[in-house]
Amino acid sequence: MQTSNREPERVGIMKNHQFLNEFNKNKALFIMIAPAVLLTIILSYIPMSGLVLAFKNFRYDLGVFGSPWAGFENFKYFFLSGTGARVTFNTIFYNLINLITSQFLSMLVAIFITEIFGKTYKKICQSLIFLPYFISWVIVGTFIYNIFNYETGTFNSILKFFNMEPINMYSIPSAWVWIIMIFNSWKWVGYNSIIYMAAITNIDAECYEAADIDGANIFQKIRSITFPSIMPTIIVMLLLNVGRILRGDFQMFYQIVGNNGQLYNTTDVIDTFVFRSLLTSSDMGMTAAVSFYQSVLCLVIILAVNGIVKRVNKEYALF
Amino acid sequence: MSYSTLVNNRIRMSKSTIIFNIIGYSILSVLALLCIFPFIMLLSGSFTAEQSIAQYGYGIIPREFSTNAYDLLFKNPGEIIHAYGVTIFITAAGTFFGLFVTSMTAYVLSRQDFKYRNGFSFFFYFTTLFNGGTLTIYIFFVKYLNLKDSYLALILPLLINVFYLLIMRSFMASIPSSIIESAKIDGAGEFLIYVRLILPLSKSGLTTIGLFILLGYWNDWYNAMLYISDYKMYPLQYMLYNMLSATEAISRISSSSGIEISNMPAQSLKMAMAVIATGPVLLVYPFVQKYFVKGITIGAVKG
Repeated sequence: MQTSNREPERVGIMKNHQFLNEFNKNKALFIMIAPAVLLTIILSYIPMSGLVLAFKNFRYDLGVFGSPWAGFENFKYFFLSGTGARVTFNTIFYNLINLITSQFLSMLVAIFITEIFGKTYKKICQSLIFLPYFISWVIVGTFIYNIFNYETGTFNSILKFFNMEPINMYSIPSAWVWIIMIFNSWKWVGYNSIIYMAAITNIDAECYEAADIDGANIFQKIRSITFPSIMPTIIVMLLLNVGRILRGDFQMFYQIVGNNGQLYNTTDVIDTFVFRSLLTSSDMGMTAAVSFYQSVLCLVIILAVNGIVKRVNKEYALF
Repeated sequence: MSYSTLVNNRIRMSKSTIIFNIIGYSILSVLALLCIFPFIMLLSGSFTAEQSIAQYGYGIIPREFSTNAYDLLFKNPGEIIHAYGVTIFITAAGTFFGLFVTSMTAYVLSRQDFKYRNGFSFFFYFTTLFNGGTLTIYIFFVKYLNLKDSYLALILPLLINVFYLLIMRSFMASIPSSIIESAKIDGAGEFLIYVRLILPLSKSGLTTIGLFILLGYWNDWYNAMLYISDYKMYPLQYMLYNMLSATEAISRISSSSGIEISNMPAQSLKMAMAVIATGPVLLVYPFVQKYFVKGITIGAVKG
């Protein structure tokens, strides 16, 4: 049954004997890969067609393809209302500052953990720094509530201890830029530093030995050996993140900020905006327009950046 | 001999090395403390008497020790046990099927003699470059597949992760193809080779990817928020989220335990619930950490 299901779409792609030959030869392998192919078609490729809603006036009863066309009305509304500019700016802004801070910290942690003395100490530190990766954003949301809630939060307890006036963080939108930045790093530095550590441990020990003989100190070695050697990793990490620059980490924003209307101006990203309009079922067309714009632009950006990198140095490219 | 042991063996330390170590120790210590601090506060908060929290806030050590919150949660544990059951079911089913599909697909993609392996790899990889986003998947799930209030809606979205698929592929690429060749000569079919030969040989890869998938299911609340409206079907994390954000969940506990809602230890109750939801992850963390490090390392090398 699985084979018959997947035949139509395969045939459309490759209509030659070669394929049939290969299929007959490796029938079992094709059957084994079929479940994943089917699932990917169902979970990713078919829903993609829903992006056509961006150009439609969505009516739930008529469905995705039955709804009437709306031309560019949805886009017009999204951008003219100012929402487009605001959520796009926020998404790019947060991704950039999160990218810079978390990658920089990860690199720092990786270099220190691989280079300092004390095996046990390093292991303990690494375990503790990696720990936040394992908990859900719901728990992180709890932490943030613990720290910043007005009446009982630790932050205000500390302020009170020093006889200072307690601060209601939830009424200061600009503070959340920092809170989001800090907790993003908090959650991801452990994970990302492992990637950099993998790159550092791959460096040939002979390079360092040669530098030792030449009398280089540790800072010089890091600057002239470690740093250039992990450059490919840095570039790949940057590439991956730039390709996602229009995608906000929904779970993070939603758990940190929640449905706090006061903070929307500074913390609303494309993904939280889409989710909110899904919940309220309002402006489906506009939501589809922003989804379309996000998906297409993301693809264009990653293809462009990858193309540029490929030109400069083929080995650094993603694909 | 690695570089760090080389340095460790050197008796003479230059001034710059000492400075470097002082900076390194300070920064790592501060970061490690920042990472563990919220957990300690959470644990302490859950064991603090409610009036103490109201008066002094949370602290590192409970000012006034109390197991009131846990007593209350365990007095009427039906809802928690149920949420645990949902999470365990989703996690077990998702991890099993996810691992099965991932490993089987990765095996096919790792076969050098499979002509279209690159084409299929790109077919999977492309979904990470371009996808319709939450909206389109939501409409498709709810309107066309009728998955609202269905456990399938919690399992399907996390079943195949392309990143894990590629890591699994590199795990399997290290299996020598001569083993597969000789099994073929002995007359074994492809599926039999995969089950009898490849799976036992990829134990460490299966453990690693299995743990990644498992963690994803355990921590998932997002799909529950999108697709589950019946609170009897809430997984643990989403139930926790509800307790934190909505008074409705607290009032359910209040009515089932017979305590006035104004007398509920709301703050410590939230903390206790968070501890209960995270506890299992933190308990197994020391034992499984190395597998995650391994998985990330392999993913990093492949880029």
